[in-house]
Amino acid sequence: MPEISVKNETLNCILDRYKRDRGQLISILQDIQAEYNYLPREAVKFVSSELGIPLSQVYSVATFFKAFSLQPRGRHTIHVCMGTACHVRGAAQILQQMENETKTCCGETTKDGKFTLESVNCVGACALGPVVVVDGEYAGQMTVNKVKPLLEKYD
Amino acid sequence: MEELQKKRSRIMDSRPDVSTIAVCCGTGCQAFGGEKVAQAFREKIAESGLQNSVAIKTTGCHGFCERGLLVVIRPQNIFYQRVRLEDVDEIFNETVINGKIIERLLYITPDGSSKITSEEEVPFYKKQMRLIFGANGNIDPAEIDDYIAIGGYSAIAKVLSSMKPEQVIEEVSAAGLRGRGGGGFPAATKWKSTREAEGEPKYVICNCDEGDPGAFMDRSLMEGNPHSILEGMIIGAYASGSNTGFIYIRNEYPLAVKNAEIAIRQAEEYGLLGENILGSGFNFSVHINRGGGAFVCGESTALMASIEGKVGEPRAKYVHTSERGLYDRPTVLNNVETWANVPLIINRGSAWFASIGTENSKGTKIFSLVGKINNTGLVEVPMGITLREIIYEIGGGIPDGKRFKAVLTGGPSGGCIPENLLDLPVDFDELTRVGSMMGSGAMIVMDEDNCMVDIARYFLKFLEEESCGKCVPCREGLKRMRQILDDICEGKGEESHLELLEEMSAAIGDGALCGLGQTAPNPVLTTLKYFRDEYISHIVDKKCPAGVCKALISYHIVNENCTSCRLCVKKCPVGAIEFVDKKIPVVIHQDLCTKCGACKETCKFNAVEIR
Amino acid sequence: MITLKIDGREINAEPGKTVLEAARENNIYIPTLCVNEAVAAYGACRLCMVEVTRGNRKRLVASCLYEVAEGLVVETRTERVVNIRRLVMELLLARCPNSSEVIEMARSMGIDSSRFQSEEDDNSCVLCALCTRVCREVVGKSAISLVGRGTNRKVALPFCEDTDACIACGSCVYVCPTGAIKMEDNGDVRRITWPSSTHEFKMKKCASCGSYFAPEKQISFMIQKTGLEAEKFDLCMNCRP
Repeated sequence: MPEISVKNETLNCILDRYKRDRGQLISILQDIQAEYNYLPREAVKFVSSELGIPLSQVYSVATFFKAFSLQPRGRHTIHVCMGTACHVRGAAQILQQMENETKTCCGETTKDGKFTLESVNCVGACALGPVVVVDGEYAGQMTVNKVKPLLEKYD
Repeated sequence: MEELQKKRSRIMDSRPDVSTIAVCCGTGCQAFGGEKVAQAFREKIAESGLQNSVAIKTTGCHGFCERGLLVVIRPQNIFYQRVRLEDVDEIFNETVINGKIIERLLYITPDGSSKITSEEEVPFYKKQMRLIFGANGNIDPAEIDDYIAIGGYSAIAKVLSSMKPEQVIEEVSAAGLRGRGGGGFPAATKWKSTREAEGEPKYVICNCDEGDPGAFMDRSLMEGNPHSILEGMIIGAYASGSNTGFIYIRNEYPLAVKNAEIAIRQAEEYGLLGENILGSGFNFSVHINRGGGAFVCGESTALMASIEGKVGEPRAKYVHTSERGLYDRPTVLNNVETWANVPLIINRGSAWFASIGTENSKGTKIFSLVGKINNTGLVEVPMGITLREIIYEIGGGIPDGKRFKAVLTGGPSGGCIPENLLDLPVDFDELTRVGSMMGSGAMIVMDEDNCMVDIARYFLKFLEEESCGKCVPCREGLKRMRQILDDICEGKGEESHLELLEEMSAAIGDGALCGLGQTAPNPVLTTLKYFRDEYISHIVDKKCPAGVCKALISYHIVNENCTSCRLCVKKCPVGAIEFVDKKIPVVIHQDLCTKCGACKETCKFNAVEIR
Repeated sequence: MITLKIDGREINAEPGKTVLEAARENNIYIPTLCVNEAVAAYGACRLCMVEVTRGNRKRLVASCLYEVAEGLVVETRTERVVNIRRLVMELLLARCPNSSEVIEMARSMGIDSSRFQSEEDDNSCVLCALCTRVCREVVGKSAISLVGRGTNRKVALPFCEDTDACIACGSCVYVCPTGAIKMEDNGDVRRITWPSSTHEFKMKKCASCGSYFAPEKQISFMIQKTGLEAEKFDLCMNCRP
């Protein structure tokens, strides 16, 4: 998928929100990702020059933390919780079924740009395990058979 | 300080004697529709014109997550569980207006003998000692007045008006408060060390990274009662000589971030944060930093690097972070639950606090009880209680009549504890003695259908993914250990592997740079210690007794039970099940089967088994 | 001066020195891979670990980072230390099976093979990070960094291709202990090959003899840093008066 072009005003607004504090780099990148659904290259470069942080360091941070994606993501992001409590209740099967149904691998985006499938190491809703979060909405007590109906809710 | 007292009285007076519908809106109950139910109640109240006699309160997590959505009608404390949107009308009309109990929403004891009406009598809560967590059910985290109404911020009033920093340190030290994040280090010792260290400015940090999978105590505290943590931090900052604080909240907890932000803003508006707190001359401000999805950032030096805007790489701690921490300045870092205990200690005194718990582990601890357990949720108990009491008396034992196998404590740094050790008291030291640790408080219960070798592999894979990659023993060593576990789970294991795993465990434990790598071998070592026979089964017999490791199991039809209903045929995602004829059992084609488990889950006749 | 014991020998060291520095000053050998005098200690390879006793507390520490203390007792070859080194070398051998430096170092410690399966590629990078540390701390450009996390980590330019900050000085090439970064000057082009990508940089021609003597970007950097006139850098080392 092609890169999105970014607006400097939008980025400046985000930087100002955090008082252009270098220590808030991660929060800044997260807000940028929330805006564009991924971290566009131009945005990463903009942050580097505006905050005076070497580009290599911003890039290191963007690639170190799992929350960030440097590739455009699908319209909907599926997070399958792979925490221990969910694992013990069968999360691995849920992930496998997700891969089957979306026809994509964990960490990747479907060819039609609809879903990005990712795993996450514990969202803290362990009582509901196994848990899947789609676009921030929590679906608990997942079973292999509930995967398809869940995905069908999204277009 | 009198200002605060006056404010509290004013708040209490202005609160009419109303019925309050408390709807749990912690992350767990949100998934059950908490917000929607609360909104529906709001609409009913408006419709009925009863705004002056009925109030709605959205609260944080109540802890009995298994029975979500929880709704409690106060002041009678009528406890409704498993509430759904469809129940709102009935609850409003029958209980709120007419005072009648809806039996089907009550908690019923497992033996079916009694229906519990009031919250205090629910066995799950009754056996706990909810000193910290109990407040969650009574406050809306977005309303500072709620916290003040229950006595909140009186501890800082006491501290700022009548105690010197050294006295605060003495009091917290006498209470015996040890860090609740897993390290168990005496909190007051950290504060003293920072107070006496050279360097300005000094910092205090709240670690809300809560990376241990299965743990959600800190999430629920930060979401449900953020002011208790702020109050603790103000006191700790005062004691250690700091004026700036940070709360580091994991990226995966958006509601905790939101509620913490609201709490800070409201506390600032009330003069409880910022300059000249309560007119005392003491300044303290707090900032929120979000994590980016890295377990290693729960480690103190990695967390601090992250706050500095760098990657979460730990560094050697030959000089304590209390002397050289954030930006190389003296820094106190404590866990969420540790901070939440501080106002309690100040308000009720160190002697009272020290009367709870065991000799070296004072106070209560909040545990997340999850996995194969009936009463999944958050449990706050005095330290010294046994594992058996937590799992069986509070947790309600194992569901579906399955047999208990082990409980995992201490997360990826801990280990498994088998059945014969269940009478061990839970505290900072007892579990460590048998190879595990109490850790942050996650307790993951496993039954006969869980494979201990698979769990060891799971933890290694987890840690391999989460390793920062800086040091060789952790980065390369955990990967190789995981590869060995992969081989064992796939039937390619050899007996020499076990010795190799033990050898690597010793070297990695000794050689790794930080706690992640140093404790990474623990799950492997404890499963080897208590469940060696399972490893031998995988290696020698090429069998997985629990029926989990895909390469060693296969799915088969139990011919006597199969009714050829064909439900499994439809559900199979790869078309591996063949329908033969009406009175003939279906057939699973092993060469096509991916062992996803859909057929077993679907079958209503117990006609699918794992061999 | 501080008095401490290393392997039974009493030695003196200035306060603030590390155990490794004190050992080296006294010709006591402790193996290292990620240490270089030009940059701050990092503590990543773990080869320099030693067992120290202070009072009644015994600990395993990285000698490149641990400061000397009065009365410290250091043992550089206890069983636990030797086991750590053996594991580290076996792991590195498996990671970089074709690196002559890793093979040589392992052999010098008595390790001829690894019990772990070799990676398949020609990788010689042991992720000691000396290259990125030199680029950041000495050159001050931070042109390359460690990208990714865990076993997927790699030394790379931003986005694996952004050469804006790189001045092609070759410092990273010189400091790499395993030759994992390669540099080749061919006429007017310098080609640098990092573990993740290869790039070419234009070389400056000497105004006098016509030889290509330094990357143009490095010259610009030096002009900027020194504040001297550009003409001062028009001649190569040999042709300068």
